[in-house]
Amino acid sequence: MRARVLIRPKAGILDPQGEAVKRALPALGFDGVGDVRVGRLVELDVADPAQLQAMCEKLLANPLVEDYELQLLDGSA
Amino acid sequence: MKFGVIQFPGSCDEVDALAAAARVGEAALLWHGDRDLRGADAIIVPGGFSYGDYLRAGAIARFAPVMESVIAFARDGGLVLGICNGFQVLCEAGLLPGALLGNANRRFTSRQVALRVERADTPFTRTCAPGARLSIPAKHACGRYYADELTLDALQARGQVVLRYAPGHNFNGSLRDIAGVCNEAGNVLGLMPHPEHAVDELVGGSADGLALFQSIARTPQAPAAGGVGAGAG
Amino acid sequence: MSASSRAAVTPTVEDAIALGLTAAEYELVCAKQGGRAPNQVELAMYSLLWSEHCAYKHSKRLLRTLPTEGEHVVMGPGENAGAVDVGGGLVCAFKVESHNHPSAVEPFQGAATGVGGILRDIFALGARPIAVLDSLRFGELSSARSRYLLDGAVSGIGHYGNSVGVPTVGGEVYFEAPYEHNCLVNAMALGLASREQLVRSAAVGVGNLVVLFGASTGRDGIGGASVLASAELGAAGGAQADRRPSVQVGDPFEEKKLLECSLALLARGLVVSLQDLGAAGLTSAASEMASKGGVGIDLDIARVPLREPGMEAFEVMVSESQERMLCVVAPGDLEDVLALCARWEVNGAAIGEVTAAGRLRVLDGDRVLADMPVSGLVDECPLYDLRPVRPRRALYAPPPATIDRDAGARETLLALLASPNIASRRELFERYDAIVQSRTVRRPEQADAAVLALPDGGALAASIDGNGRRVAADPYTGTVAAVLECVSNLACVGAEPLGTTNNLNFGNPEKGHVAWQLSESVRGLGDACRALGAPIVGGNVSLYNEGPEGPIYPTPVIGMVGRLPDARRAGQTGFPAAGCAIALVGPFAPSLAASELSKLRGDELPDGLGAIDLAAVGAAQVALREAVRAGAVASAHDIAEGGLAVALAECCAAGGVGAEVALGEDVAPGASLLQTLFGEGAGGFVVSGEEPRLGELAGAVDVRLIGAAGGEQLRIERRGELIAVALSELVAAREALGRVIA
Repeated sequence: MRARVLIRPKAGILDPQGEAVKRALPALGFDGVGDVRVGRLVELDVADPAQLQAMCEKLLANPLVEDYELQLLDGSA
Repeated sequence: MKFGVIQFPGSCDEVDALAAAARVGEAALLWHGDRDLRGADAIIVPGGFSYGDYLRAGAIARFAPVMESVIAFARDGGLVLGICNGFQVLCEAGLLPGALLGNANRRFTSRQVALRVERADTPFTRTCAPGARLSIPAKHACGRYYADELTLDALQARGQVVLRYAPGHNFNGSLRDIAGVCNEAGNVLGLMPHPEHAVDELVGGSADGLALFQSIARTPQAPAAGGVGAGAG
Repeated sequence: MSASSRAAVTPTVEDAIALGLTAAEYELVCAKQGGRAPNQVELAMYSLLWSEHCAYKHSKRLLRTLPTEGEHVVMGPGENAGAVDVGGGLVCAFKVESHNHPSAVEPFQGAATGVGGILRDIFALGARPIAVLDSLRFGELSSARSRYLLDGAVSGIGHYGNSVGVPTVGGEVYFEAPYEHNCLVNAMALGLASREQLVRSAAVGVGNLVVLFGASTGRDGIGGASVLASAELGAAGGAQADRRPSVQVGDPFEEKKLLECSLALLARGLVVSLQDLGAAGLTSAASEMASKGGVGIDLDIARVPLREPGMEAFEVMVSESQERMLCVVAPGDLEDVLALCARWEVNGAAIGEVTAAGRLRVLDGDRVLADMPVSGLVDECPLYDLRPVRPRRALYAPPPATIDRDAGARETLLALLASPNIASRRELFERYDAIVQSRTVRRPEQADAAVLALPDGGALAASIDGNGRRVAADPYTGTVAAVLECVSNLACVGAEPLGTTNNLNFGNPEKGHVAWQLSESVRGLGDACRALGAPIVGGNVSLYNEGPEGPIYPTPVIGMVGRLPDARRAGQTGFPAAGCAIALVGPFAPSLAASELSKLRGDELPDGLGAIDLAAVGAAQVALREAVRAGAVASAHDIAEGGLAVALAECCAAGGVGAEVALGEDVAPGASLLQTLFGEGAGGFVVSGEEPRLGELAGAVDVRLIGAAGGEQLRIERRGELIAVALSELVAAREALGRVIA
């Protein structure tokens, strides 16, 4: 089973990369860009999707400073 | 005093930490795959790019076999010093509060910085005067210290902020200018700047970092560490 | 996993031409193959090894005129890097290489993999890399593309060097319009080894095993050779182009493991010879090892650890996947070698054998896919003579003027200090770790050269220098000046040169004017290195750097390593304290021709530069070096871009102190104010120290006392005219780069 983990900085934590993107887009002519958060994507083949949450908690994300979202790539989330 | 300096794949400043520690005691490298701490009285988790900083700096190194022993050693009161990547590893391992995030300026930055000794009564700063100013080089991309407000207040109240960047010297955006913190028990210290690169004026113009190693060397020794799984013989 | 290999259609001469060979070269290849046309794999390999980049077809004959021998030389050109004896039983291996074209495509990865490649050249010799220096050239900073390339290249160099734990201790960067479409990224590395540890790359021992270790092999860098792909490979869908990235992606973590593994293998005596995989991957590594050893090599692609399924044989042979090394191992040592690879978490596989036959064969299991004579591949590529034609018209448009011709001296000084070629590089070098490995005695902008401590109390010095505009004005003299610049920088820290490496960056050598630039430049390089006792121990050539507007400035980049006996006496740039006397030392005949001021004024390049008195400059360098070593001077700074006034300002800024200077008629007699202050030319130094000790120098070299350090201003008086600039203003002007690219 193919799974996708989206990892983002927690709200309220300064995200300098997000800030940089937010400044760069209007400079290229794109208006109306609001909040930007820049994170990480991990895609993996797993035999047992039930383990994904533990994987995220233990290694893939740092729960102190990051939120994560799990997606199973057959459509379910 | 026997120092054990951990070596992960990708560690770079372990050689420098080894040389600095050797100025004040005995020092040996400890391979990441071995659980045996070989009788070290103090552990140094050095700077560099363990596992390429992949996923998050220190995220993979914190699970190395040697770290199981280091965590047990720390919980038993053993002295552990984490420098730069080492600080990141100790935070990931839960031995220190908070996390190190990407520099506010989004750049790897290498600069000599001034630190203020906030607590001179730790095993790592006992040879420093309170409020002393130390000139130490810092070189990192992920050095912005973060903890939530409640934690920061608690760290302050409990005296766990050991070193702060002097005004104008905080280039990474660390909250409350925190450069180094210790755990509640005071036996584990993590700092982003590199004291091992300030032990000889010839190669940097400052020997202020030597004080941290001298402080450790003068700390009355805890029982020698064998480590998880070692000591069978 | 066995690579897919098929009975492909035999390539034609058109295919050969598409791969960069000429029709005549193709015929030669057929002859080398015993009168038969080369097959797909063979043609791919010949086309790479016979490319300009690998074979130096247009430059090899010229390079043979360079001086390569000297009392300190331990390893000259021809090995992975050169090496010089640095005393105490140690040798320093060093070399410079370019990665210009990849950096123009993707500056971060291009520069990063350039650093990776030069580092591998160093540890392939058995030397631990101890420092990197980089020489970069881009178009003007007014161009967004140039800012993008600069940012990418510096970040890439920092990312790679920092992650591998090798300090980047020096370098240079220049901005000139002729580099707009052809940027230059030259990376130099130094390594240390004990003399016995040095290992050569010749494959020896028939029956010994050839082991590939490091990263797995993928499709990186295959790009151009993809014309050979069999048409039917489209089974996976239309994304064929995506499967062959033209950009090589570097992994410094892999390199760090590879470095430690390589040095560990050597320390345990487990390898007979070692070669890194760079341009043309397995093809060049295996054939060069075989050629140097006078042996043959059989390679079995079925045993190569692959990153992707279904790779064709030619792809495996030409892949430029990074972070891989090839070594020759006695069969009895294989198990230990593979165990050490496993400990360092790098792939390791025996993929071939050393044979007696003098042939390079590529096999897939038992089937022979390619069979070529080693000498044909490596040593018998045709070499071409250049046909130099001195250009009769200007090749380069004058730059736009950014300063008025009648601007006053004060305004001119501030404009020069803020100009991109002169301003402080702090914004850039702070992205580099300059101190890891604890050897760095002088960090960037602390002295005119980088200084690294040696175990015996002495130190190494290193500098990398070039000036494309001067060489464009006069290829011979401009190149001599570049060599002198390097020696002067070493002299300022008290070092004598031990050896030189060079990267020749030029346009299309098949054009007469470029051929002329190249031949004249190499002539100057040879003459200067001979005269100064700094032989060439290795280097690199990068040709065809040109676009529709014409060639880049002819840009020989010179890297030198020197030694000083006492690290504690290493010189520094900045005036150390108020009260130090300041002197102008050495021959001083400033000229505005081809200077930075003439560039700001939008002048045309002059046709030729004034001759340099090589003997006089050489004598001044020796005298200064000795004075620094003796502790007789407190600071020394070579007068270069921007001339005397800029040099004084730099000494003030570095020292954090002003200066009061009066230039009498003994300084540039007869020269105008602006010429005196901003004229350039080899040989002059700004030196500070105690007056009596400065006076001692006067026996060996011209010494003119011109003032003293002190105060909060730089004040220069000449014939009654006074220029005064606050120290804070000088420092602010020099921070200009930070304002443009932060």
